[in-house]
Amino acid sequence: MSLPARVATLLLAFLAVAAVAAFVVIHYFLGGPPTVDYSSGVAADTGATVHVVMQEDPQNTVSTHPDWVSYFIQNPKTHAWVHTTLFKVPAGSKIDMTIYGYDGCTPLRNPVFGEVTGTIGGVEDVDGQPVKSLNSWSGCNVGHTFSIPGIGLNAPMATPSNPNANLCGSSPCTSGPHKTMTFSFMSPRATGEYFWQCRVPCGGGFLDGFGGPMQTIGFMTGNMEVVS
Amino acid sequence: MAIETQPDRAQGAGGGQPLGRSGARPWWRRPAIHTAIVGAVIGYLLGHLLGDYLTGATGAANQYPNVPLSDSEDWPIVLGYVFAIVGWLAGLGVFNDIFRQMIGRPAAYNGNGQHEDGGLAKYFRYSLDHKVVGLQYLVGMIIYFCTAGLFAMAIRTELLSPVHHVFTSQVYVEIVGEHGTMMMMLMSSVILGPFGNYLIPLMIGAKRVAFPRVEALSFWLTPMAFLILLSGLLLGGFPFGWTGYAPLSIQSTVGADSYAVAFGLMGVSMILAGFNIIVTVICYRAPGMRWSRLPMFCWAMVTTSFLMVLAAPVLVGGMYMLLMDRTAQTAFFASRLGGSSYLYENLFWFFGHPEVYILALPGFGIVSEIIPVMCRKPLFAYKVAGAGMVGVGLLSFFVWQHHLFDSGINPDMRPLFMLTTELISIPTGFIYLVALGTFWKAKIRFTVPMLFALGMYFNFLIGGVSGVFLSDVPADTTEHGSFFVMAHFHYTIMGGLIFAFMGGLYYWLPKMMGIKLNTTLGKWQFWLMFISFNSTFLPLFAVGMAGQPRRVFEYALNLQPLNDWVSISSFVLGFSILLFVINFVWSTVFVRERATANPWQSRGLEWQVASPPPAENFDQIPVVLSGPYDYGVKDAQPVADLHPPAGVLSAAISQSAATRAEA
Amino acid sequence: MAASVAEDAQGPGSTGPNHGLRIFLIWLPIAVAADLLLYFVYGPHMPPGQMSNSAQSQQFDIKVMSVLAAPVMAFVLVFMAYSVIVWRHREGDDEDGPAIFGHARIQATWITVTAVIVLFLASFGTYELAWPGFAGAGAGEGPSPIWKPDGAPLQVQVIAQQWRFTYRYPQFGGFETTNLMLPVGEPIQFNVTSLDVIHSFWAYQLGVKADANPGVNNVAYTTARQTGNVTVRCDELCGLWHGAMFDYGKVVSVAAFKTWAQTTEVQLAAITKMLPPYSTTYDPTVVPQMSKAMVKAGLVGGNGYYYPPNDPVQP
Repeated sequence: MSLPARVATLLLAFLAVAAVAAFVVIHYFLGGPPTVDYSSGVAADTGATVHVVMQEDPQNTVSTHPDWVSYFIQNPKTHAWVHTTLFKVPAGSKIDMTIYGYDGCTPLRNPVFGEVTGTIGGVEDVDGQPVKSLNSWSGCNVGHTFSIPGIGLNAPMATPSNPNANLCGSSPCTSGPHKTMTFSFMSPRATGEYFWQCRVPCGGGFLDGFGGPMQTIGFMTGNMEVVS
Repeated sequence: MAIETQPDRAQGAGGGQPLGRSGARPWWRRPAIHTAIVGAVIGYLLGHLLGDYLTGATGAANQYPNVPLSDSEDWPIVLGYVFAIVGWLAGLGVFNDIFRQMIGRPAAYNGNGQHEDGGLAKYFRYSLDHKVVGLQYLVGMIIYFCTAGLFAMAIRTELLSPVHHVFTSQVYVEIVGEHGTMMMMLMSSVILGPFGNYLIPLMIGAKRVAFPRVEALSFWLTPMAFLILLSGLLLGGFPFGWTGYAPLSIQSTVGADSYAVAFGLMGVSMILAGFNIIVTVICYRAPGMRWSRLPMFCWAMVTTSFLMVLAAPVLVGGMYMLLMDRTAQTAFFASRLGGSSYLYENLFWFFGHPEVYILALPGFGIVSEIIPVMCRKPLFAYKVAGAGMVGVGLLSFFVWQHHLFDSGINPDMRPLFMLTTELISIPTGFIYLVALGTFWKAKIRFTVPMLFALGMYFNFLIGGVSGVFLSDVPADTTEHGSFFVMAHFHYTIMGGLIFAFMGGLYYWLPKMMGIKLNTTLGKWQFWLMFISFNSTFLPLFAVGMAGQPRRVFEYALNLQPLNDWVSISSFVLGFSILLFVINFVWSTVFVRERATANPWQSRGLEWQVASPPPAENFDQIPVVLSGPYDYGVKDAQPVADLHPPAGVLSAAISQSAATRAEA
Repeated sequence: MAASVAEDAQGPGSTGPNHGLRIFLIWLPIAVAADLLLYFVYGPHMPPGQMSNSAQSQQFDIKVMSVLAAPVMAFVLVFMAYSVIVWRHREGDDEDGPAIFGHARIQATWITVTAVIVLFLASFGTYELAWPGFAGAGAGEGPSPIWKPDGAPLQVQVIAQQWRFTYRYPQFGGFETTNLMLPVGEPIQFNVTSLDVIHSFWAYQLGVKADANPGVNNVAYTTARQTGNVTVRCDELCGLWHGAMFDYGKVVSVAAFKTWAQTTEVQLAAITKMLPPYSTTYDPTVVPQMSKAMVKAGLVGGNGYYYPPNDPVQP
């Protein structure tokens, strides 16, 4: 091959490789579910209150894994339900959580996580009644948990009263049997990402129930980003 | 010991212009990489469809009713990969001769006599010429190394801060797994593939390798393994690093299938490559090429090949069992159903430890080959060097439980494995005895290969001594699973193997391609690489000792300055590799400065032929007259007689026949 | 020429400067200085510190190995540096070097010295493991440990699950907490197990590392010698949040520990009733306490339905 031909081929090949690499980085590596911002307009470290609303569903009909259980987070401004588990709160503030539990029950692997810890008052309200712990082995009581290990928060999610009734079938759920959990905690003063997870092995079809949605961000685990 | 010689006829050159009609076809009608890709795609679709049918996803009756709900498509994906591999090979034309002979027709390629014509097309085909396969391996390995290196850059970018994250933890753990697996599985052939396959026939005086088809097959499995592993990213990656511990690997989503299939496939490639080398070196040596005259590089290749042939089957078995646990719901590794997570650990590390010696030994071989040439002195204590290679290879099968000291294995096994691991540092030390003895009163020429060899000795010293720290069970309690281990194996593998690879490349490229790499760029690359490499990995010993585990994305805040230093150095290291790629491309594509036949004035047999070697390597099988390291010997014999008079060969043949008759 | 080649082949002491002696004289002060610095200056600060007897034994091990490693490394590096400076190729000299193929005495010396060092290290490491004062040097010994401390150690069960460690104290009613508190000066037995995948319990300052395997009890011993904070990290990649699986424990005085344990036992009594009885291993997929209603609904344990009840068929 002549020199100009070699140069041209080489340049094309290099550009192709660079384009592929850029695509992979941008699409696969830097992509991901969106972050719902609860911190805009709220001053940090003032003890201000932020109201975060989430729901957990028996499936989600909006992703490529429709039969994976999933959390949804409500956008504070538009009140639309976003299929994500990433949210942002201001540091040093009071976080009021409301979580709608639409999913049925699964026994916990370690029942110690049926106990409510890390909330203000040490309890959570299930449909208005304060609850200190839920026993996932004595009855169909626990569907999921909302746990932030970095701040010692653990809140089990109760299951709808009659789990044999038809659970909500399309996500995000707006009707169907559910329980409403409310609790509060203080967001830490140190900024950063605090991961949260569900502790119930609800990843059906995966060994120990901890695969699939349990280990995929956007479904049963995510990040609480604390910003100043 | 008389050498079993082959009649000249039996050693036609490997490779082959096909006999008969097909030779006249244009390049795009002959099986090559483009037909292979088509075959792979068709194979994947067929396999995926079959898997869907078996698991009822297509609505047909569920043939395998025990696969529970989850929408994890392990069966379709695994079968898709397997069929894709078969389709790839079919598209390459690997099965063509087999089928021809099965129906009674002669093979189109008989591996003798013909050689492929010029041009680039032969490098994209299933070529049976070992020199073509060597160069295919070379380009492939550089591509795999650079891709995995880019993943490493991403890892270090994430580790710049323990608090602010560039990637989500999910993406990060995928990247960690891809980097580790790609390097560990593909770099096992980084020297044996390009240099072993290309140079061994030349070094032993043969015109071909023993099994050209097996050799070519071992190469063509590697792009498939690479692509299957990369495709794991499309499936969500795998969150368990290159070690794949069950039960996490059973729990993972479908990305883990790409890991198991790719790694198992690479294991098959290793078995094939090693097998070919062993038989070639044992059976195809020229008359006079006694074992005591065999170049040290060949010793290293033979030992590495034995390790590959004996250890890789365990890997393939382990990966297969993992796939069975993931797809067919067997319970090899599920302790509550009668299996054991320890079973996987032991299977994996029984392969895994010889694997790291598969990575280390070729590096020893290359530097032991380079230093006599550049020091103009014989290799000091040749027999000790050979004993070192063989000793390392042998002992490497007896040390694997040092990866499991803290995992709850039987406690009285640990002093035993501590002993064997400490013992293996004795033959490893022989390499240094040989090196220091060769440097003694030498006349060292600081060519680029020599610089890389010296760098390799420096790095492997640190790597090897840190290995001794790890072999001590109490100390290992703190060091296991931390960045100390990371620093140790990067020093031995990257500081040892990759530096040796670079040295070997600068040394042998004039022979393999007839082109010399730019020396100035080479020296820049070496110094930048050496300094940034040490700057990257030396602090990691401290980071590990300070308590940072491996594969984490969050670490103690007080370790951030060290991590930042390491990350910046790693970017410089990446830049030095870029320099290498630039040098390689610049020299081989643009400048193409012709090299002389023997620019290093080496006594190696491979340097006694033209650069690049003629199609059949040697016009006649040479008769080897002396060892390759006889520098400084007054009135030394030339290394070989390349055109032995007619009587010499037949005399050698009849002498060996007479000896056998007497025995 | 041949004569000098033969002389050179006999090693140092031939005509010309005595390279061997020179190298030795350059190496000696470097090795001695390095050893003294490592043992006396850096030694007391070497990781993992001195907070427990396991950490002390490991620190001592690392000190001894450093003291042995430094002269070895110094020798190779000094030799290489010397070669690179003194035995360079000079311009215009196209002769080969001396044809030294080997030297039996030097080879034998090298092999002997390396073998002695290595065998010493192996026996030293074994001694450090087996000596009763160190009781296994903090490494996990599996379900049947052979190097145990004297006396009855405090039992602390470490339960690893994705992605948190919890700790159970069977001697205090079997309560389970995420708070790791330990008494100083008393032998402690860690019983490490896992509920799902392989984790690893690494208490850095205590020098304890034991893998957590499902269905297996991995025992490690230590005795804390000082009070203070302990960083606990998971040391085996266990999935998505492995990097975030860490917490902090504390070593306090014996009295403070007893107070804490008794108070927490009372505080958590209600939760402890919900837990399975204390056992060295747990199978969370088969839960005998599961209520009949749950069993009827097909929920027998936390197994994620990967292995349906009849699969694999047990012979």
